Amino acid sequence: MTSDTDFLSGLRSGLVPALSAAPFGMLFGAVAVAQGLSITETSLMSLTIFAGASQLVGVELFGHRVAAWLIIASIVAVNFRHVLYSAAIMPAIRHFSMPKKLTAFFLLTDPQFAETLKRFEATGHVSFSWYLGVGAALYGLWNIMTLVGATIGGFISDPEALGLDILLPIYFLNLVVGFRHRTNYAPVVAVSALGSILAYATIGSPWHVSVGAVAGIALAAILPPKKREAAS
Amino acid sequence: MSDFTNEHMMLVILGAAIATYLTRIGGYLLLSVVSDIPPRAEAALNAIPAAVLTTLVAPAFYATGWEGKLAIAAALLVGLRYKSPLPMIAVGWVIVMVCRRFIIG
Repeated sequence: MTSDTDFLSGLRSGLVPALSAAPFGMLFGAVAVAQGLSITETSLMSLTIFAGASQLVGVELFGHRVAAWLIIASIVAVNFRHVLYSAAIMPAIRHFSMPKKLTAFFLLTDPQFAETLKRFEATGHVSFSWYLGVGAALYGLWNIMTLVGATIGGFISDPEALGLDILLPIYFLNLVVGFRHRTNYAPVVAVSALGSILAYATIGSPWHVSVGAVAGIALAAILPPKKREAAS
Repeated sequence: MSDFTNEHMMLVILGAAIATYLTRIGGYLLLSVVSDIPPRAEAALNAIPAAVLTTLVAPAFYATGWEGKLAIAAALLVGLRYKSPLPMIAVGWVIVMVCRRFIIG
C-alpha cells in the first residue's frame, strides 16, 4: 500500500473510537470552562496533554484548589498505564525512525494502542502513515470537540440544574470499575474510598485526594505480593 | 473558580503535558534500562489508577444529596454490566434530572 492509502485506512480505523470519545471531549471542554479555565487554557490542555481521563481529573482538581505538584502527580497517576503501553507497543513500531517513534509516543492513547496492536496481530506490519492516520482522527476530533464543549460551556450558569455535577463522578466511577480485575482491587478501592471520605470530612477538600490515594497504594504494597499477572 | 493566576495555570498545564509525554515514552526507556521490577513496587504501581480515581468518586458520593447517591449507585450497577461509560452516565444523569425536576424542585 502507498503511504496515502495507508493514512486513509488509519483515519478510518481511528474514526469509530474518535467518535465514541467525542462526547467526553465536549464534556471536558464544558467542565473546564465551568471550573474557570479560559478557552485557550482548555484547548491547550487537549492539544498538549491529549489524554482524556487525566484532563478531566486535572480540571476537577483545579476546582479543588489543590497544589500544582499534586495536580501534575494525579495526571501522571492516571496516565501511568501509558508506561505499559509504550513497552507493549514496541514490537509493532520498532522499525520507526527515532523522530517517528517520538511522534508515535505522543499520540499513544488507549484506542491508538488497541488499534495498533489489533492491526499488528492481523497483518504483521504497522506503517507510520497508518499509525499517523489513526492518531490524526483521534487528535483532530478530540480537539474539535474540546473547543465545541468549551464554547457551549461558557453559557452554562448553573451546572447543577443541568445535572452536570453528577457526570464526572460517574465517569471516574466507570474508570474505577474498569480496573476491577486487578490484584487487590477490592481492598485498595475500599481503603482509598474510606480514607478519602474521612479526609474530606475532617481536614477538607484538597487533601482527600492524596490521603485516599496514598492509603490505597500503601495497602497494595503491604499486602503479600501475588504472582506476576498481565497488566490491563 | 480557581485561584490560579493565568501564568501559573499555563505552567501547570505544560508541566502536566511534559509529565504525560514522559509516561508515554516511559515503557520504551524503562525496557532499555531495567529488566525486572520488585513485586511490591509493581503491586503499588498497579494500584495507583484505582486508588487515585476512587478518591474522586467516594467523597463526591458522600457529599452529594440523596438523588446523587441514588444516581451513582445505579450507575455502579450499570457499570458492572457494561464496559462503556455512556450507559452509566446516561442512567445516572436521567435519575438526577428526574429527581431534581419532579421530586426536589
